[in-house]
Amino acid sequence: MIEEGFSQGNSLLHRLDARVKILWVVLFSVVTAVCDQWPVLTAALALALAVALALALAVAFMARVAPRELVRRLMPVNLFVIFLWLVLPFTVTGDPSFTLGPLVATRQGILYATQISVKSNAIVIALIALITSTSILTLGHAMHALRVPRKIVYLFFFTYRYIFVIYREYIRLKEAMKIRGFCPGTNLHTYKTYAYLVGMILVRSSERAERVHQAMLCRGFRGRLYSLSDFSMRTADMVWMGAMSACVVVLGLWNG
Amino acid sequence: MHISEGVLSPSILVAGAAVTTAGVVMGLKRLEQKDVPSTGILSAAFFVASLVHVPIGPASVHLVLNGLLGLILGWRAFPAILIGLALQALLFQFGGITTLGVNTMNMALPAVVCSMVFGWAVRPRTPPMLRVVAAFACGSGAVLLSGLLVACSLYWSGEAFLPAAKLIVVAHLPVMAIEGVLTSACTVFLIRVKPELLEGGYVHSASS
Repeated sequence: MIEEGFSQGNSLLHRLDARVKILWVVLFSVVTAVCDQWPVLTAALALALAVALALALAVAFMARVAPRELVRRLMPVNLFVIFLWLVLPFTVTGDPSFTLGPLVATRQGILYATQISVKSNAIVIALIALITSTSILTLGHAMHALRVPRKIVYLFFFTYRYIFVIYREYIRLKEAMKIRGFCPGTNLHTYKTYAYLVGMILVRSSERAERVHQAMLCRGFRGRLYSLSDFSMRTADMVWMGAMSACVVVLGLWNG
Repeated sequence: MHISEGVLSPSILVAGAAVTTAGVVMGLKRLEQKDVPSTGILSAAFFVASLVHVPIGPASVHLVLNGLLGLILGWRAFPAILIGLALQALLFQFGGITTLGVNTMNMALPAVVCSMVFGWAVRPRTPPMLRVVAAFACGSGAVLLSGLLVACSLYWSGEAFLPAAKLIVVAHLPVMAIEGVLTSACTVFLIRVKPELLEGGYVHSASS
């Protein structure tokens, strides 16, 4: 279901301090997302977005993400973008560009849709570069080091840890249903069956939670988790953070 | 439905982040340190439930179940959904960092509101008919509200999104019916098998 195939590697990006990567991706995402403060498309903005996209692409290649993997991970965001492309060119008012039956596509609409596509992809590519070069557990510890509330970080750990366990349980239940001749269709029986499936997943999870909690108490859990790895900023991290933040700040200033 | 990065206007992103922060603070207040593991495991269960696809005609939709989540977790739905969406962004690139606030609000606010409005009627001791109807209303109401919130977030980002926003609301209507039926049937099941889950503000009490 879920792969972290690229999180074990040895590129420059893999070796960077996870805290640096998180901070940078957040900064980059926020600045890029804010870049459409003005609905009027200007050439400067388009250029800024192009640079952002190029930057994100370079980062993605630094992490040695296989191109096919990159495309696969870009699918979800682009499904939404395609949906917007089906609507926006015809709903933004402006100079007509072409007609499609009764619908008139405007130049402004097309530009707006293009702007959104570039921006969405730029941000998601940066996120992919982060996630493909860092394991989720490291991200959790880095969030803790960045002073994210402890309960949130632990919730993050537990949810992540048990998604896989519960997913396997779900697959087992689904196979059991199949073996008993369950054949899904659009009818009440199907929906009821799925409802009981979900109910069963919840019951089993809550019972598992009780067992896990008791086991943790046995081992002296007092509401704290300890990390064995420590984060340290090296010169490379400083240089990278400095250079990349400067790029983002330039983008922001250029836009503003 | 997740709104992608780079679509919404900054003011909507900030508003969403603010509401989500407030909701998460409320949720964390009701979450004791010792209940973090069980809440995390239930969040994982909902994460998996949202991967379940049910057929509707020739197509299929995946479950949302934020109404049911609200019934079981109450205010803790906010942190649970926040974590779920963060993991979805990290693992599948659904949504993202800047839209995390808005997306969490769009799903968690309806969960909390509907559990407040209908939750009292979906308890182990209420009459079965009332329970079934209230659970249906809770499940379908939460999805409807989510759809409306998604539509509003888009519309307030730009007038040009209006038709897209309408399409999204219309697309939520069949999902509403399915979610209502599923939430209803699921509460019937839970009340038979593990009524503690629906006592309101469920925390397992292994130690207390």
